[in-house]
Amino acid sequence: MDSLSLLLGGLQDALTPINVLYAAVGVLLGTFVGVLPGIGPAMAVALLLPVTYGLGPTQALIMFAGIYYGGMYGGSTTSILLNTPGESSSVMTAIEGNKMAKAGRAAQALATAAIGSFIAGTIGTLLLVFFAPLLANQAVKIGAPSYFAIILLSLVLVTSVLGSSKLRGFISLFIGLTIGLVGLDLSTGQARLILGQLQLADGIDIVVVAVGIFAVGEALWVAAHLRRRPIDVVPVGRPFMGREDWSRSWRPWLRGTALGFPFGAVPAGGAETPTFLSYLVERRLAKNSDEFGKGAIEGVAGPEAANNASAAGTFVPLLALGLPVTATASIILAAMQSYGIQPGPDLLGSQADLVWTLLASLLIGNTLLLVINLPLAPVWARLLQIPRPQLYAGILFFAALGAYAVSQQAFDLLLLLLFGLVGFAIRRFGLPVLPLILGVILGPLMETKMREALDLTDGAVSGLFNEALAIVIYLLIAVVLLAPLVVRRLRGRRGSDRRDADEVMAS
Amino acid sequence: MSSAASEPDAAASRDVDRAQYGLAGVLALVGAYTIYDATTLNVGFGDPVGPRIFPYAIGAITIVLAVLLTVATARGSQAEAEAGEDIDLTTKPDWLTVLKLLGFLIFALLTVNFLGWAITGAVVFAGCAWSLGSRTVLRDILVGAVLSVASWYFFYVVLGVPLTPGILDGIL
Repeated sequence: MDSLSLLLGGLQDALTPINVLYAAVGVLLGTFVGVLPGIGPAMAVALLLPVTYGLGPTQALIMFAGIYYGGMYGGSTTSILLNTPGESSSVMTAIEGNKMAKAGRAAQALATAAIGSFIAGTIGTLLLVFFAPLLANQAVKIGAPSYFAIILLSLVLVTSVLGSSKLRGFISLFIGLTIGLVGLDLSTGQARLILGQLQLADGIDIVVVAVGIFAVGEALWVAAHLRRRPIDVVPVGRPFMGREDWSRSWRPWLRGTALGFPFGAVPAGGAETPTFLSYLVERRLAKNSDEFGKGAIEGVAGPEAANNASAAGTFVPLLALGLPVTATASIILAAMQSYGIQPGPDLLGSQADLVWTLLASLLIGNTLLLVINLPLAPVWARLLQIPRPQLYAGILFFAALGAYAVSQQAFDLLLLLLFGLVGFAIRRFGLPVLPLILGVILGPLMETKMREALDLTDGAVSGLFNEALAIVIYLLIAVVLLAPLVVRRLRGRRGSDRRDADEVMAS
Repeated sequence: MSSAASEPDAAASRDVDRAQYGLAGVLALVGAYTIYDATTLNVGFGDPVGPRIFPYAIGAITIVLAVLLTVATARGSQAEAEAGEDIDLTTKPDWLTVLKLLGFLIFALLTVNFLGWAITGAVVFAGCAWSLGSRTVLRDILVGAVLSVASWYFFYVVLGVPLTPGILDGIL
């Protein structure tokens, strides 16, 4: 196989002692930050991005892959040992995982999460190796009209599939699109929405937006509602699994992987949907389904595998189309751009070595995660007991450092503060974060493609519709927007089959 | 997600969430300004689309969303405030703490160029910890100083990025 030999080449490039060291440091830092309560993978990646400044692209990507997987694993550790997860993708892990921990089986819960993540991540990365080049080969033929339609589709999907209120999703999206307008217009060089501030002419760095909204917004929001009672953390020993745990875990791992990868590759909100589906599937298939709700290991193994497989899946559109579909992927895209790499159909041709090194480092990061984190679990658990004032002071400290280090201007700290206030507001008003972040990063790309398409037809609107693929995608968008209305009408007559599912989501 | 969030919401759902009118107002202003700003741009020759259309569309839809939010609010639509592991939504928001934190962040942006990252960073850490209720001020200042000096050296030595030394120029 062609892809496989290229991957082996990538592994050869990535597997030097110094690179493995970078990957290990990345895994450690990522897990450390990801474990901290209130910090999900997207925030971990945004906060740690400055650490990779000054490295060459290869080393930076390798370290970043470690940070990415470490941050994800850290998040699931938190949700198992403390209830109430920080991320929507680990909601399902928390349900059974925390019950297991309370019943004295924290070690097994952490072990099945770690090994499941490893297996799912490895299979997912291998699938990525085969699918990304295939998609990229097709994507080279995609013209501006279809590209515009694809971006529109992913924004509509992310905004309307997730969250309880579509109105709030679209409000969030348009706040993001407005932020994305700030700066010089790409083709005429005129400044837009800079309010007379020349520092805004280069646009607003996505890192400042993300750190402001995730970290500062979270810290301010927590400060307004700080829980003034001690949190009970379940003590944990070294993770291990007995024979029965293995035999109950391996099928959920594989099923979770099968669900997670395809959902990660389409813009439907990342891991939220597949982890939820995986939980439902495992509960239905389990022989002892009455154990669910009291700490069933299948309910941790499946969703955790789905979570990691979908994380690998998000790299397919990211690498092949330059299209991020989750908040974490948006920050990875920004990171790659800051190393001078532009993901998209041409990337596999123009910088093939780098791509294969990245894919190889995902495999390495994933393996190191298992090797490092199984023995270290008790140490991570202690992190959960950091007193909250120091914890959030630390988050604000690193947020300020990250924003300031981007270009060493006090002005970036002002932006950080303003986006912190935006982050506070979106938490107060229940606006989802993801559409906002995607709006900031995809808005400019969308405008570029729209203008490319319209320039070809001299401004006639038909320029947006003159590719068959584009029309198919517009039909798809119409279905996505109209289907819920139809379903609601049908469901109104036929009672509620989904009550079962809704109960799980509410608990 | 958590039951703590839904209970007070359910109890208050008869009331109208007035703050959402404020959000709608801000959105309408932002949308209007976006459209106004776009009118000041020039469309060049041979550029059939120009830099205006996209902001026009975004501004216009933002205004429509503001109107929809106003209608939804008047009909009793409630925001589902975000819950989390350290968040207790049953109490009233503690604005004093938020203002203190904002104060220290403003301090940081005003002083970082003059005092340098090492001093400003330490003050940010200790000040924020104090704002959030820590009473071990001396220890916090010490931890903050270690963090900020260590991060300064990490950026300088490992990453080759010299952060502003400020008044400690020559000492660090």
